[in-house]
Amino acid sequence: MLNEEVHVNEVLKKYPSATREDLLDILHDIQESDPHHYLSDAALSDVAAHLGMDLADIKGTASFYSMFSFSPRGKHVIRICDSPPCQLLGATTILQKLIDVLGIAVGETTSDGLFTLETASCLGVCGVAPAMMIDQETYGNLTPTRIAEIIEQIRREDEAS
Amino acid sequence: MKEILIRIDGKEVAAPAGSTILEVAQQQGIPIPTLCHLDGLSDIGGCRMCIVDVDGKIVTSCTTKIAAGMEVITNNDRLAELRRLNLELIFAERNHVCSMCVSNNHCELQDLACDLGMQNVEVPYAYPRLSLDATHPKFIIDHNRCILCGRCVRVCAEIEGAHVWGIAGRGSEARVITELGVDWGDAEKCTDCGKCVEVCPTGAIVEKGKATAEMVKHPELVTTLKERREND
Repeated sequence: MLNEEVHVNEVLKKYPSATREDLLDILHDIQESDPHHYLSDAALSDVAAHLGMDLADIKGTASFYSMFSFSPRGKHVIRICDSPPCQLLGATTILQKLIDVLGIAVGETTSDGLFTLETASCLGVCGVAPAMMIDQETYGNLTPTRIAEIIEQIRREDEAS
Repeated sequence: MKEILIRIDGKEVAAPAGSTILEVAQQQGIPIPTLCHLDGLSDIGGCRMCIVDVDGKIVTSCTTKIAAGMEVITNNDRLAELRRLNLELIFAERNHVCSMCVSNNHCELQDLACDLGMQNVEVPYAYPRLSLDATHPKFIIDHNRCILCGRCVRVCAEIEGAHVWGIAGRGSEARVITELGVDWGDAEKCTDCGKCVEVCPTGAIVEKGKATAEMVKHPELVTTLKERREND
């Protein structure tokens, strides 16, 4: 919990005279800097105090957006597109491959805490469908073979670092 | 205050600028069905029951301000049909079983169904599995009966000033919450005042210890309270 407080305070320091209009930016910053990429109740309470907002108001706003998570996630968040253009070009096969390679269902995190698998609506890169994002990186023209390679590569890089 | 002229159901009416269509209609004794609206609370146009036809466009009368020369129709076949369908969708979204409800015979949702002649629900029921929170010492929130009108949210913020209630989630996943979504009994800022109980139009927020049809509510208390504060 102590680590968490530190990163929340660091973010809030960047918004000294923030108003409720800055809420989404602040929440994104906090989620981004959290090692588990989520918004804890403690973090939401700190934001509420900082902005002078109500807890229910903060939770209501944040929970409207699917990109905010309220439970801890893995080090890397995989978001695979489930919109029609990607579906037409085989997103279902790609998703199944991810499920097989990672050994988890959608919404779950691998036991080593490395990956969380999520679906997302259109990522805006239909030209390279089927597509997914891992953290801030976009991957297009996916095939089952490439999925295995990408996951393997990230695993290797993580072991090295 | 500046008055402007509008035509409502064919009748020319002068009303103060800034009034809503609903306010003007009520002053004229023209009935418009409402559900999320409550005199004394702010309006959000959430339930869509108070829709009227303004120059051929369907708008919510509680949130639409009058404008000079406006032609308002408060009731016709199309509006009646739309209101009934809207009401059916509200019924189908949760588990409203009047015969087993503490608010049976004292329910604004039930009253609307009677008033609008809703004989049956033509859309499929969603039958969601929802929870009930009885952690508060005096009150219960049963999400099965909640229609997300947001009256509890507004009365808690605007009249009581406790800001305990909110609405979290989106679409069919939306739920009223207390604070960050904690059990109601753990909500630190709840003053146990019971205003949310009085304004809740259905049997969603109720007092403990009531049997079927025993829960009578008094939303008009909040209206009176607001009026007295304004007159002070």
